[in-house]
Amino acid sequence: MVTLTIDQMKVTVPEGTTIMEAAASIHIDIPKLCYLKGINEISACRVCVVEMEGKDKLITSCNNVVEEGMVIYTNSPKVRLNRRKTVSMLLSQHDGQCITCSRSMNCSLQKIANDFNILDNPFKKEFVHREWDKTFPLIRDANKCIKCMRCIQICDKVQGLNVWDVSGTGARTTVDVSRNRDIRVADCSLCGQCITHCPVGALRERDDTSMLFSALEDENKIVVAQIAPAVRAAWAEQLGLSREEAPVEKIVTAFRRMGIDYVFDTTFSADLTIMEEGSEFVKRLQDGDLEEYPMFTSCCPGWVRFIKTQYPDMIGRLSTAKSPQQMFGAVMKTYFAKKLGVDPERIFTLSIMPCLAKKAEREMDLFYEEYAGHDIDCVLTTRELDRMLRAEHLNPQFLEEGEFDSPFEVGTGAGVIFGATGGVMEAALRSAYFLVTGENPDADAFHEIRGVKRQGWTEAEFDVAGNVIHVAVVSGLGNTGKLMEAIRRKEVKYEFVEVMACPGGCAGGGGQPIHDGQELAEERGSSLYFLDRNTDIRFSHDNPDIQNLYEEFFEKPLSHRAHQLLHTEHQV
Amino acid sequence: MSRLEIVTPDRAQIVMEGLYKDLERRIESSPPGICPVDMSRAFLELCHAQTCGKCVPCRIGLGQLKNLINDVLDGKATIETLGLIRDTARSIMDSADCAIGYEAANMVYKGVIGFRDDYLEHIMYNRCLMSLKLPVPCVSLCPARVDIPGYIALVREERYADAVRLIRKDNPLPTTCGFICEHPCEAKCRRNMIDDSVNIRGLKRAAADFAGKVPPPPCSEETGKRVAIVGGGPGGLSAAYYLRLMGHDVTIYEMLPKLGGMLRYGIPNYRLPKERLDEDIEAILATGVKVQYGTVIGKNCSVSELREQHDAVLISIGASTDKKLGLEGEDAKGVISAVQFLRDVGHGRCECLEGQEVAVIGGGNVSMDAVRTAVRLGARKVSIVYRRRVADMTALEEEIQGAVAEGVEVKTLMAPSKIEVSEDGYVKGIWVTPQMISRIQNGRASVMPTGEEDIFIPCETLVVAIGQDILYEHFEENGVPVQRGKIKTEKYGGFDDIPGVFAGGDCATGPSTVISAIAAGKVIAANIDEYLGFHHEITCDVEIPEPRLDDRPPCGRVNMTEREAGERVNDFEGVENCMSEAEAYQESGRCLRCDHFGFGVFKGGRDTKW
Repeated sequence: MVTLTIDQMKVTVPEGTTIMEAAASIHIDIPKLCYLKGINEISACRVCVVEMEGKDKLITSCNNVVEEGMVIYTNSPKVRLNRRKTVSMLLSQHDGQCITCSRSMNCSLQKIANDFNILDNPFKKEFVHREWDKTFPLIRDANKCIKCMRCIQICDKVQGLNVWDVSGTGARTTVDVSRNRDIRVADCSLCGQCITHCPVGALRERDDTSMLFSALEDENKIVVAQIAPAVRAAWAEQLGLSREEAPVEKIVTAFRRMGIDYVFDTTFSADLTIMEEGSEFVKRLQDGDLEEYPMFTSCCPGWVRFIKTQYPDMIGRLSTAKSPQQMFGAVMKTYFAKKLGVDPERIFTLSIMPCLAKKAEREMDLFYEEYAGHDIDCVLTTRELDRMLRAEHLNPQFLEEGEFDSPFEVGTGAGVIFGATGGVMEAALRSAYFLVTGENPDADAFHEIRGVKRQGWTEAEFDVAGNVIHVAVVSGLGNTGKLMEAIRRKEVKYEFVEVMACPGGCAGGGGQPIHDGQELAEERGSSLYFLDRNTDIRFSHDNPDIQNLYEEFFEKPLSHRAHQLLHTEHQV
Repeated sequence: MSRLEIVTPDRAQIVMEGLYKDLERRIESSPPGICPVDMSRAFLELCHAQTCGKCVPCRIGLGQLKNLINDVLDGKATIETLGLIRDTARSIMDSADCAIGYEAANMVYKGVIGFRDDYLEHIMYNRCLMSLKLPVPCVSLCPARVDIPGYIALVREERYADAVRLIRKDNPLPTTCGFICEHPCEAKCRRNMIDDSVNIRGLKRAAADFAGKVPPPPCSEETGKRVAIVGGGPGGLSAAYYLRLMGHDVTIYEMLPKLGGMLRYGIPNYRLPKERLDEDIEAILATGVKVQYGTVIGKNCSVSELREQHDAVLISIGASTDKKLGLEGEDAKGVISAVQFLRDVGHGRCECLEGQEVAVIGGGNVSMDAVRTAVRLGARKVSIVYRRRVADMTALEEEIQGAVAEGVEVKTLMAPSKIEVSEDGYVKGIWVTPQMISRIQNGRASVMPTGEEDIFIPCETLVVAIGQDILYEHFEENGVPVQRGKIKTEKYGGFDDIPGVFAGGDCATGPSTVISAIAAGKVIAANIDEYLGFHHEITCDVEIPEPRLDDRPPCGRVNMTEREAGERVNDFEGVENCMSEAEAYQESGRCLRCDHFGFGVFKGGRDTKW
């Protein structure tokens, strides 16, 4: 243990503790901007400087560790002066148009500048000229970037993709797509983790709400919405509601009031995905197709983008099942359009997703009879949903709980846990077990694959009617890369692998609300498991709406029509 | 009344002179990878501030050039801008009245031609081709990528054995390098920005001296794979050490009676005492490396046979033969190549040069080794004969100074023209043509004859030290590719067409530094391991101390001292004194820990294994 003095208070902490952590232990929150624990401890912003007695130069508290007898001042005149100067410098190169910024009121720089009471800036404003293709789902504004380098580090260290890098040298140093590539060819998975770890508004999603508003304006359009499982665990975080106060049914009411015609739950199409993917798994297993390499889940478009650029030789190992989002769109524009007796062109499909990659996945084609278009017309992230609710002055506190529309009212607990790492695998196993044995297992039989694993992956084996199935669950693309290498080198062998691009799965998705310095995937994931536990139906194949859909339209999983509408050939 | 006054610099001038020195050192340690367009702009601003203001092209033109370059950097330029920059620079070069103007414009002009691609990238894409390459300058510049901040921090904590262990992770010859490494690591040491580079080599020497005997780490499980290494110089020894640690069965085939190659038979004892070299070699052999002495590959056994008998072969034969002057009389008695001369001394076959006049041709480090050895062998007069100036010599400055201190004459601007041989076949001396220094071509000053008559330099021994060659013939005959007298390998040290055969060190690069050969040995060891189907990792479990947080006020660099010249010329004992523990403590405290402060903490990382 090491004893030191911080702001005249004695504190004893374990050796190796940083000054910042030592201060935090006595409730001194040293301001910081670039610091991201374990990811970005590079002392670049210099906001967390403190004064050490006996030393002229200030030191950063984020990445320097305590020493015995050290005397630290976090608010000495020198610290105060320099911290303020540093923030003023940052502000001089930050396009502080807070009024038109998606991160207004949720911006670490704004908060620090406000907290420091910086009302005047002695420095001249300096902006750079950088272009960005604003039709891409991920948008970077060079004039808001404070070069904290977090995006580079998240992409390198957690996602292993190295999309971002330091660009240029000297005073013009900035962050840009690495190796001078265009973002469109930089193998970006669109996981959006760089956005959720950006302390300011330099990175954001493309805002597509206007597409929805145009559709609502068009009297000819029938707007059909779906809400993804993970959205319900996070949507109200920044609207001042606790999770208990924010059931997904409130969004249903909000949507109706906005004029959306039908509101369904993606949980339903998650069940449909399980029927197809689970059946495909059982078939591939029985056909001996999984003896060398596993089948991979295909519902995460970040992962699908990743495998296509990083492991193209493995594309054939992906399940051919479309993701729940796409299956939903396909069902709406075929079965549901028929049911309504309208042309599929009139159906406008909207998805609310915790995800950026879904915006790109949406561009997948759908051809059915005379219809040629997309499964999905518009994808909004949870953050866009929140902004839209605010724009529509819909106070979530007083929204009543609405009911999802028929005929896809019911989603099961299996569908809900799609939003958490391990959830797709668990849902699939629940149904695969049934497909093989003809009876349901205990719904919690596969619980050991639950939980967020920051490093590595979770593996398990399950006995299904005498067959031992080896499975692995991984989240985060850096971990995924390691798993892929291990599979390729034949160090590990599985029959079924679930991959989610974002750490912790969709709950920690790149389209979710942003809380600087906090990782909420685990907490949000547990609330999805809570919902699962408290749902009447916990098996996808037990969903009566699903059974009905097969009876009326698809006949059975993997049928010709199912193949046509619910599966896809993944192409590079 | 006074008519004249004594000019004394005022305070501002004194401060400015200091700042110029600061800037000089800063430029010296400027990291590579900086945008050259941006640097051109910065230089131009400096040049522009120097203008006296009299002439238009310099006073106004340089400023306008700067504006144009700024447009390029700000992404506001077009391809026409580049033409305008070029033409304006040319115009200033042609019309400015003095060097302040025309040389400033010339710097810009050179850039427009020399890094046109960088200009174009900015103009066309508003992007830069450059990125900083040296997060931790010393580590990046060390060919073997030794963890320098790490071991310096260990020296500071007096953990010398740990420092040696850490060095050995990347370089199994710490003692040797402590004596004679060319220390490229010091070239861009950031400490230069405060006062002077850290004496990194000196600290390595201190670690080696104070650590005592440090046993090597244990080897991995035996793999049963056999690796042959041809040549036991620094490259071969390094590869052998790491391959053995990885668990392979390693045999070095050494044609000479002892290991070390040029370290033993090229570098004189007074620079690297052989008992100190043996410390490194003993630690390497302690891992279980086998040695077969006296085997000449190509004579006793062919490299093809060697390959058949082993799972992999590394050719690390060095550059062990000499280059010829190409003058008549070169085969006379008394004319000897530096390689042979130093090797004989290394063998202990010291020919006494008592009372002789000795001339050594060449201006490199080997030449310095030869003259200083000749002094120790009792020569009456020893001269270096060199066609250019002292400033043009490739030898390290301290080596030249060491030679001069030991009484060596330096005859510069003398180009050898003829060797004078006596009737009984002995060298009598060398005729040289006086030269004058001339224009600078490709960055190097050329020479031209003055037109004066040749001068005769009498000598009884003439040592030729103008370079080394590689004995590649046998390997070429056995299918190993050779290009321009060197073995031509792929970047991984092997050959695409000859699996299992690798080559590295001087024989693949041409004569180079010890640390480059060590680095090649390290790289090839890793690649041989992969080739053999393994992925062993070389690690070191020494924990690196946290950086100290105290201020770094300017402090003089501890330089190594030497034994008195008059005393040391009488023997072959080591010349250089190690720094004291107190000095090592202070010197190690000068390290700025670039692994933790600055760009290093972001992009530096620490290779804890390879």
